[in-house]
Amino acid sequence: MIALLGIAVVIVGFLIRINPLLVIAAAVLATGWAAGFDLVHTLALFGHAFNENRYVSIVFLVLPVIGLLEREGLQERARILIGRLRGATVGRLLLVYMLFRQAMSAIGLASAVGGHAQVVRPLLAPMAEAAAEKDGPLSEEKRNTIRAFAASVDNVGAFFGEDIFLAMSSVLLIKGFLEQNHIIVQPLSISLWSIPTAIAAALIHGTRLWLLDRKLKRQSLNPPSPPSGGEGRVRGR
Amino acid sequence: MITLDHIYILMGALFVAVAALSLRDRANKKRFGNAIFWSLFAASFLFGSHLSDFANGVLVLALVIVGGFNFIGRTAPPTTSPEQRRERAQRYGNGLFYIALIIPLVALIGTLFLKGSGLVDPKQVTLISLGIGVVVALVVGYIWMKPPALAPLEEARRLADTIGWAALLPQLLASLGAVFAAGGVGKEVGIIATQYLPLGTPFAAVATYCIGMALFTIIMGNAFAAFPVMTAAIGLPLVVGQFHGDVTVMAALGMLAGYCGTLVTPMAANFNIVPAALLEIPDYAVIRAQIPTAIPLLIVNIVLMYALAF
Repeated sequence: MIALLGIAVVIVGFLIRINPLLVIAAAVLATGWAAGFDLVHTLALFGHAFNENRYVSIVFLVLPVIGLLEREGLQERARILIGRLRGATVGRLLLVYMLFRQAMSAIGLASAVGGHAQVVRPLLAPMAEAAAEKDGPLSEEKRNTIRAFAASVDNVGAFFGEDIFLAMSSVLLIKGFLEQNHIIVQPLSISLWSIPTAIAAALIHGTRLWLLDRKLKRQSLNPPSPPSGGEGRVRGR
Repeated sequence: MITLDHIYILMGALFVAVAALSLRDRANKKRFGNAIFWSLFAASFLFGSHLSDFANGVLVLALVIVGGFNFIGRTAPPTTSPEQRRERAQRYGNGLFYIALIIPLVALIGTLFLKGSGLVDPKQVTLISLGIGVVVALVVGYIWMKPPALAPLEEARRLADTIGWAALLPQLLASLGAVFAAGGVGKEVGIIATQYLPLGTPFAAVATYCIGMALFTIIMGNAFAAFPVMTAAIGLPLVVGQFHGDVTVMAALGMLAGYCGTLVTPMAANFNIVPAALLEIPDYAVIRAQIPTAIPLLIVNIVLMYALAF
């Protein structure tokens, strides 16, 4: 049971909202202590894993390009483009992107096409906001909801598309794990059995996007509170 | 041959520049904190492969202290005004999109065509192609828009400081997963799951396996970490062994049940917390938008596994 001390630290830490970096470091030290490792060994394990996982952060390499394009008006351009498109609503726009992302992931391009830094912040979120602004200015709450949904379609599309690709790391992990247990399965059959859930994910999240459109429409007909600008706000940590 | 190490050097160089620009920014009272934080981050990319595991551990701890105790400040690097941006959006037109599309396009072409070329490490072809795409897009941007020489780096600093300490989370959580594994956390969870949970019927076994995958993914932040544990504890011995469910269905849908957990956990920081920081919305806003999708999807997944596996 004591091996689970690290998990307890994580749960309590997140619940009482201590800075996550500190929570993680504390969980690492607690897990090492519970497992009977000395401090040097624990730190070495942590450092080794951190170094091995550097590839996770490579996505930040796009920041100078995205920043430069924002400086030169990329988000504004995205708004102009959507403003001209008749019939473009938040829900329809996000649905099209989600299906596109799912399709790209299903052919093995999850990490090549899409992503929060590359697409959602500079393009998708401003487009979704512009689509909503056709019905009048946005309250901060609405703006936040629209941005959150823009991030969500990137996630749902990628998660429930990528397992259809048979060379995806998760498919290979499944195959490798079963092989260790002396069961041979074909990657293709794992891929095929991932399709029903992929369809369900598109239907469920698609329905929520449709409901989001209806909610935004209703609110713009009867505005509940005076709208306020959402730009340049300081984010609460 | 281009390997991931070259991309790491590029990352290191970028964040050395971010750190240097931070140091210059006298408007930021915490500028030394920002400079130290991004220098340490850069050091990990530049020297991480040459440092001992323990030295890397000390480096991470230093990053955690600077980031976690709020020694880094929010900044406002020089950029264009909203009016300037609107004017430039008119001037550059859709060319802005084409530059933005260079990155995924190069990543795409690289992934498809560079694999067997011998020019890049075939195991890391997408990440390396992404790095090449960034360089190409930057060069095109410089030539076409002729920004001040430091502008892309100042803009990178603006975005990096928007993300702040959350930039460290994805890598840190992946490392925590490794320490959990070394400490035997997974095995312990598997033992508890089998001892205390109802598993008497095929449906109960399927439901427990799927919900267990989701819950353990919520804790670990990663379905890949949960899969071997829960499948060895419940999936293989019960769903397949005792009740004769189809092993491929169990495994494929088990992993997807884990993804339902990924949608709702702050531990999956790269999907849920970093985007919130990037979009400047409350930390948990993305998770809140995803919970009402994750729960019905998990239920559908359980029903699908039960219907298809038996």
